[in-house]
Amino acid sequence: MRDMLDLNSAAAAGKPAAAGKVSIRNVSKIYDPEGARVVALDNFSVDFAPGDFLAIVGPSGCGKSTLLNILAGFDTLTSGEVYLDDKLLASVDRPLAPGPDRVVVFQQGALFPWKTVLDNVTYGLMKQGRTPRAEAEARGIEMLKASGGLDRIAKSFPSQLSSGMQRRVEIIRALINDPKVLLLDEPFRAMDTVNKVTMHRHLLDIFRISQKTIMFITHDLEEALFLADRVIVMTTRPGTVKLDIKVDLPRPRTREMMASDAYIALKERTVMAVREEAQKAFERGEKEMA
Amino acid sequence: MADATTPTITRRNPFANEGFWLAMLGLGSFLLLWYAAVKWTPIQAFNRLPDPLTVVREWLSPTPSYGISIFTADYYVHILYSTYRALAAFTLAILLGVPLGIFMGWKRSVHQYAYSLFSLLRPVPPLAWVPIAILLFPGVEPAVIFVTFLVAFFAMTMNTYVGVKAIPEDYFRASACLGGTNTDILWDVIIPGAMPSIFTGLQIAMGAAWFSLAAGEMIAAQYGLGFLIWESYNLIQYPTIIIGMATLGLVGYLSSAAVRMVGNRLMAWREQRLGTGG
Ligand SMILES: Nc1ncnc2c1ncn2[C@@H]1O[C@H](COP(=O)(O)OP(=O)(O)OP(=O)(O)O)[C@@H](O)[C@H]1O
Ligand SMILES: [Mg+2]
Repeated sequence: MRDMLDLNSAAAAGKPAAAGKVSIRNVSKIYDPEGARVVALDNFSVDFAPGDFLAIVGPSGCGKSTLLNILAGFDTLTSGEVYLDDKLLASVDRPLAPGPDRVVVFQQGALFPWKTVLDNVTYGLMKQGRTPRAEAEARGIEMLKASGGLDRIAKSFPSQLSSGMQRRVEIIRALINDPKVLLLDEPFRAMDTVNKVTMHRHLLDIFRISQKTIMFITHDLEEALFLADRVIVMTTRPGTVKLDIKVDLPRPRTREMMASDAYIALKERTVMAVREEAQKAFERGEKEMA
Repeated sequence: MADATTPTITRRNPFANEGFWLAMLGLGSFLLLWYAAVKWTPIQAFNRLPDPLTVVREWLSPTPSYGISIFTADYYVHILYSTYRALAAFTLAILLGVPLGIFMGWKRSVHQYAYSLFSLLRPVPPLAWVPIAILLFPGVEPAVIFVTFLVAFFAMTMNTYVGVKAIPEDYFRASACLGGTNTDILWDVIIPGAMPSIFTGLQIAMGAAWFSLAAGEMIAAQYGLGFLIWESYNLIQYPTIIIGMATLGLVGYLSSAAVRMVGNRLMAWREQRLGTGG
C-alpha cells in the first residue's frame, strides 16, 4: 500500500535488520507419553531462509499448532532440535521460553480486551523495557497510521473494532517488536471471504515492506498458495512433511494470478495431496469413533 | 409512531417502575399475612410472636419497652459492632481469598494442594464452626470475626479461581511472547482478566459475611445485631428479635449494594467496550 512504506523504518528503527533463518530438524512431539501417547509430530524437518513466507497446510488435528507452539516456546518437544539463525533454540534438554524474537498472532485473536489499541501495540516494547513510553507510543502511532490510518482508533478498546481491524492491530502488535519470525496460526480462519481478501492484501504489504520470515498456518490451500513462497502440506497425525512446494508466482501477488496457468498447475499438484490426507484423517476419525 | 422511540424521562423514578410496585406488593402481602397469622389464627406458635405493628411501634418509639429503638444509642452501637465485624471479615476474605484463588487458578500444584481440602470445608455451615472458633481463639472478637469470615473467604477464593480459569490461554501466551515476565502476566493478564469474577465474588462475600454474622455473634458477649437477637430471645424480648433481624437484613443489603455500585464504577472498561465508538 502506498502509505505503508514507513512501516519498515518504524519497525526496524535503531536496530539492525533481524535475520530469521529457521531450521526444524527431526522434531517429534508425543503428548501424554505415559498414557494415551498421542504422536502429534513425527520426525518433522523443514528449513526456511530469512524472509521466506512459509505456509503450512494440513488436515485438522495433524499437528500444525503443535509445531507453531514448539517454535513459539509454548510447548516442549519430545525429540529433535530447532535452530534460529544457526543457534540452537530448542531441544529436549533445552526447553524454550517464549520471546519477542518469535511473536505469535493467534487464531482466536488475543488482543488484551482491557487495554486500548495503543496500549496493546506498545505492550511488547514496554515489557522488554528498552524503550521509554513516549518513544514506544510515538512508534505505535506511526505504525498504526501507516497501516491504513489505524491511528484514529488508538484509544479504542479492541471489542469496539471489527474483526479485520483487530487482526491488523494484532499483527502490528507483533511486528513492532521487530521479531525474527512472525508466527501466524490460522489468523483469518473465522473470517468471511471479503474480509479475508482485504487481510491478505494487508499481510502481503507487511511482508513486502518488513521482509520478515513468516510461518503461516492454514486449512485453506488457496490462501496458502496465494500468500506463500513455499507451501508445506502435512500428513495426517502424526504430522510429517507430505509435500514441499515452491510457489514461483511473481510478487506482488494479485487476485488475477489465481486464474493463471502456473497457479492452476500448482493447485493441481497440491490439491491431490491435501485431499488424500484429509480423506485419511476422515477415515481415521471414523475408526476412532467406532 | 414517534413516541415508541422517545426515551422515557421517568426511567430513574422508582415509582414509575413496575418492578418496584411488585416488590412493594410482595412486602405488603407478607406483612399482612404475618399480622393475620399472629392476630387472627388460633395457632399457638404464631400467637407467641409479636405482630408487625408492635414491632414497628417498638422500633420507632422514643421510649421502647425493651430498650432498643432508633432513638436509643445502644441500637447504633449494635449496628456499629456488627458492621465492624462484617467489614473486618470481608477485608480479610479479600486479602486472603484473592491471592489464594489466583494461585489456585494459575499454578497447577497449588490447585492440587488446596482444591480438595477446599471442597470438603466449603459445605460446613458457619454455625458448625462456632465451637472450633471458641477453642481456637483466645479472645471473643477474633473468634466472631473468624466465623463471619469463613464463608466470605470461600466465596472470594472460588470466584477468583473460576475467574482466572476462564481467562483464555492465549492471553497468557501473548504476554509471554511479547516479553512479559510472570509478574507482568499477573498484573496484565490475570488480575484484569479475573476482575469481573472477582467483583462478583466481592458481592457474594459481602452478603456471606452478613449472613454468617448471626452465627459468629453467638459468641459475642455484649454487642452486635446477632448478639442482640440471641440475647432478646433469652430475655423474652420478642419485638427486639425482629428489630435485630430486620436491621441485619437491611444493613447487609445496603453493604452489598454499595459493593455492587463501586464494582460497576471500577469496571468502566467493560462499559466502554460495549459503548459506542470504533
Ligand atoms: N495438550 C495435548 N494433550 C494431548 N493431545 C493433544 C494436546 N494438544 C494437541 N493434542 C493432539 O495433538 C494433535 C495435533 O494437535 P494440533 O492442535 O497441533 O492440530 P492442528 O493441526 O493445529 O489442528 P487444527 O487444524 O484443528 O487447529 C491433535 O490430535 C490433538 O488432539
Ligand atoms: Mg491448530
